This record gives sequence, structure tokens and C-alpha cells, in this order.
Amino acid sequence: MAEFIEFTLGGISAGMIYAAIALSLVLIWRGTRILNFAQGGMAMFTTYLALLVVNHTDNYWLAFVVALAAGLVLGAVVERVVVRPVESRPPMNAVIVTIGLLILIEGVAGMIYGGQFKSFPPGYSIVGLRIGSVALGISRNDIFITVAVLVSAIALYVIFTYTRVGLRLRAAAFNPAVARLLGVRVGRVLTLGWALAGLIGALAGVLVTPSTFLYPNSMDSIFVLGFTAAVIGGLDSPIGAVVGGLILGVVLEYTGYLGSDVVLLFGLAALILVLMIRPSGLFSTTASRRV
Amino acid sequence: MTLLRHLAVAVAVAIVVGLLTIKLNYYRDYQIAQIAAYVVAVAGLTVLIGLTGQISVGNGAFMAVGAYATALLQLHDGWLNSLGITGTWQIVVILVLSLLITAVGGAIFGMAAARLRGPYLAGATLMLAVAIPAAVADKYAGVFGGDQGLGVAVTTPGFLGTTFPPSRWQAWLTCAVALTALIALANLTRSRLGRSWRALRDDEVAASLAGLNVARLQILGFVVSAACAGLGGALLAIVSSIVSPGAYTLTLSIGLLTAAVLGGLGSLAGALWGSALFVLVPSYLTNVAQSHGGKLFGLSSGASPFVPIAAYGVVLIVVMLAFPSGIQGGLRRLFGPAAPLASEPLSLLRRRGPASEHQEEDTA
Repeated sequence: MAEFIEFTLGGISAGMIYAAIALSLVLIWRGTRILNFAQGGMAMFTTYLALLVVNHTDNYWLAFVVALAAGLVLGAVVERVVVRPVESRPPMNAVIVTIGLLILIEGVAGMIYGGQFKSFPPGYSIVGLRIGSVALGISRNDIFITVAVLVSAIALYVIFTYTRVGLRLRAAAFNPAVARLLGVRVGRVLTLGWALAGLIGALAGVLVTPSTFLYPNSMDSIFVLGFTAAVIGGLDSPIGAVVGGLILGVVLEYTGYLGSDVVLLFGLAALILVLMIRPSGLFSTTASRRV
Repeated sequence: MTLLRHLAVAVAVAIVVGLLTIKLNYYRDYQIAQIAAYVVAVAGLTVLIGLTGQISVGNGAFMAVGAYATALLQLHDGWLNSLGITGTWQIVVILVLSLLITAVGGAIFGMAAARLRGPYLAGATLMLAVAIPAAVADKYAGVFGGDQGLGVAVTTPGFLGTTFPPSRWQAWLTCAVALTALIALANLTRSRLGRSWRALRDDEVAASLAGLNVARLQILGFVVSAACAGLGGALLAIVSSIVSPGAYTLTLSIGLLTAAVLGGLGSLAGALWGSALFVLVPSYLTNVAQSHGGKLFGLSSGASPFVPIAAYGVVLIVVMLAFPSGIQGGLRRLFGPAAPLASEPLSLLRRRGPASEHQEEDTA
């Protein structure tokens, strides 16, 4: 029982990271129908900037804010400069452009910062919490991670559901042509969507890096798992992204009990299983088929 | 007639490659062999994406399967020897067996993924790309040799003499196999199966109404692309004379995809251009970086390995912006008659009402 609690709580906090990456992918997918393979690379880069700030000022929260702001700017710049020209092209071109961007960002990060593993500080203590003699499997920092991601997910939900900006974002995603006729400046709205996605991705980067070290490829595996979480939840659903992240986090944590080397195989199995039952993810509203 | 034309092209390419291997030095021979290995895998992927309209971000995993199959078959070659199959014929038999083993793997995965489309298929194959090498590296280290991997050895046949450079023989062997595979693929894409795939890609519903078995065709697409990836992996194992999980990472899977799209989806010649870029651009830039004492652009020496990586990223973005239909598409536009390209299925060219705008989501 104690182990069950330990693994479940550990899985939830790990899953929150995947949920954050998944959320950023869902934001971009809903807006532009593009899979952003560079999301992990962008998060890695903003985390390097945060590390720079930490090293110079020794202020974690300043670095935290810098990372999020950098993510916001990077997302907007990426959409304007490299994604906009391929948005109307065949979907594979956009995929390859984001892959090119990923490779470019990783190469540039390596050129500037070198390939060494660097450690990045956590926001709170990483000492495992206990109740009496029972280890909970999580630390204060894990609670911080969970709260931070949940808060941003809820904030996104509120923005999308209750604000004028959110309405425009949804309109542009649902039908760009009609939205444009109704006076929505679709281009700007898409840029905003990418910027928000960049922010959420940067958040994931800052939160996960204390447990992975920082190097040019450090976000690759996190990205793959975040993508998997988004696919499990359904790429159109922000709620699905969070649920997918949680499912994946818990499954990986439970199977990690069997041996760290088979974790990814079980992740694959979970993904295939979910997709065999619901080919467009758990939270897909319609069985969407191209006709 | 088509077969004859493909054979003629292949013979011409073989002659050019043969002359190149004799003219160029050992390192170039090695690179030619590398390109030959990659071109098989990329061609399989370009057929899958360009013709059947499915995507795979995980063909590196199938390359790993083919490579490990080759290494293991060579390690346990007693039964082949007892059948009297030795030397170069043994290599050929091992390559064919590796191809068949990977094809079975592709069939299994294809069946599991037959209902998936677009990004969901991309997600499943992406997970495949990371899960297979990780499992091979750690779980069954006794069988697969762990992180060190397994060795693969090819001996130069006796009739070429003892002074014949081994790298040239490897280039000949891999190019011969690659050309055979490309001829087979070229004929396949012009066969009934190829036409069915195109019908499926352009309009799934219309294809199934016309009596095509959609699921079966999609699984077949995966089988063909996995078999090609397996053969490519087996050739790569021969070229690098070692099979280790470090060579079959996510980077490789993504590299195959970039090579296929760079070259031009659905085009076998494009697969060749893409593979050549994939091998030559990084090695050329590494040479440039090293010849400047590792201090290119005033960067520190630790930075120079990352220059080729960044440059390949730039190449990808620039080619995609300048030649949206890949290099082969760009060549066709410059020199040939305008032809509809495989990367633009008819459904994308069709006039769209507001309702169908939203249904396009599965085409990624």
C-alpha cells in the first residue's frame, strides 16, 4: 500500500511534465494543425537562458520568469519567421520545418553552451516527503511542479472559455476563413497561440530540468513522452493533454517497478492500446476521418 | 517495358558508381556504401509517405531490427555453414533473412496501427523509435551485446585478389543490393499495388468504395517500408561493421524522415538525393570545422561538433521554404514538364467548403 501511494504520487508529478508539453502541442495543433517537433528544443533553449540568469543573479524566481518570457517570445518569433510560410503548404513540409528548427536550436545551443551536462536548481527542496515512516515518493518540488502545471492548465481553460481573446483563439482554430470574415485578425491570433505554447513548453523545461540535467538533447525524451501524452488524450483536447500526461506518468512509474529498461516499451504498449480502442485519442469529440 | 527502363537506369547508375569507387579514395567508398545503405531505408519511407499517405517517424527502429538480425544471424551461422552457404552467398542469404524478419515486424506493427491516421500514427511510430533501441540496449544485454553491441564482418571474396580494398568491396556489395531493392520498389510503385496505394492516399473513402481493402493496403505499406528499413539497417551494419543501440536512436528515425522529404516524397530519385545530403552535408561541415582547428567562427573547440548539426537544421528549413516539394520536385520544376507531385494529394487541391476545412486534420 505504501509503495502504491509512493508510485502513484511520483507518477502524477512526472505526468504533469508530460502534460505541460502535451498542452503546448495541443495549443499549436488546435490553432495551426501543425505538430511542433521543436517544442522540446525550444524549452531546452529557454532553460539555458534561465540557467544563465541563475548563475549571474542566484535568483531562481527571476530565472523562472525569464524562462517563461523567453518561451513566449520564442514561440511568437518561430511562428512568424519559419512557420508562417509553410502554414498553407502540405502538412509534411511544416513537420520537416519544425524538425529542422529542432536540429538548428540543438546545434546552436551546443555551439554556445557546449555539450556538457549542466545541473539546474529546483525551485523547492527535492527531499522526499514522509508521513510518519511512510515515504510519499514526492518532494516539495514535485508538489510545486504539479501545482504549477495545473494552475497553467486552468488558466488556459479560463482564457479559452471566458475571455474575448480566448474566443478569437477558438474561432481562428475552428474556421480561419469565417473567423477572418468576422473581423478576427487570424494571423495575430495564431502567433498568440504559438507564444502561449512556447510559454507552457518553457515552463515544462524549467520544471523538468532539475531531474534530467541540461544539455542540447535533454528535452528529446521528454518531448516524445509529452507527444505521446497528447496523442493518448487526443490532440484537440487540452483536458485530454492533462489526462494523457497523468495516465502516461502513472503507467511509466508503475512499470518502472519492473525495471527501468522496459518502461518505454510499456509506454508504447499503453499508447497502442488506447489508440486501438480510440484511434483519435481518449478525448476526441468526433471520429474525425478525412473524407 | 517499364522493367527494361528501370534495369537500364540501374545499369547506368551501377557503372557510374563502379567508376566512382575506383576513382575515389577509401573514405569516399565508405561514404558511398553509407549512402547506399540509407537510400534503401529512405526509399521505403518515401514510398510509405508519398504513395500510401501514411507517416512513420519510427523507421529507425526497423533499421535496428534488420541490423541486429544480421549481426545475430552472422554470430550464429553454424546452420548456414552446415547447409554449405558460406562467404559472399552467406551474406546475401543473411540480408534476405533480415529483410524477411523486419517485414514480419512491420506487419505486426502495421496491424496494430492500421486504424491510425496522421499525427496519431506519427505519435505511435515516434514511441516505437525510442522504445525499441532502449529495450535492446538494456534489457537483453546478453543477447544483443548491450551498449557495446555486436560485430559484423564481411570478407572480400577470393577472386578479387588479396590487394582489393575492403571498403571498395563493401561499396560494391551495398550498392548492388541497394540497386536491386530500388528496381523492385520502382516496379512495385508502378504495379497494381502502387496504383491502389495512390488511390488510397488521395481518397480513402473512394478507394474503399472502389473495392480496395484499405486496412490490408495500409498494412502492406508498412510491411514494404519496414522491409526496406530492415534491409537498409542490415547494410548499415555491414558498412559500419558493428551494431550498437547508439546508432539507431530517435535522431536516425527523424533523419530518415528528413531525407525522404528533402529529396521529394514519393520519388525514388529523391530518396537518393536525400540520403546523399544526409550523409555528405554533416561530414563535409565536420571536415570544414576540423580544418579550422575546431575554431570555426571564433567558437570554442567544444562547439565545433555542433556546427554540422545546426547547419543541417538550416538546410532543412531553407529547402522546405525554397523547394516545397523537395529536391526532386525542384528539379522537375526547373527541367521537366509540370507534373502533379506526390506530396500534394488531390484532396488538398480540391476546392474546400467551410465544412471540410475541419476534416482535414488527419492529413499531417
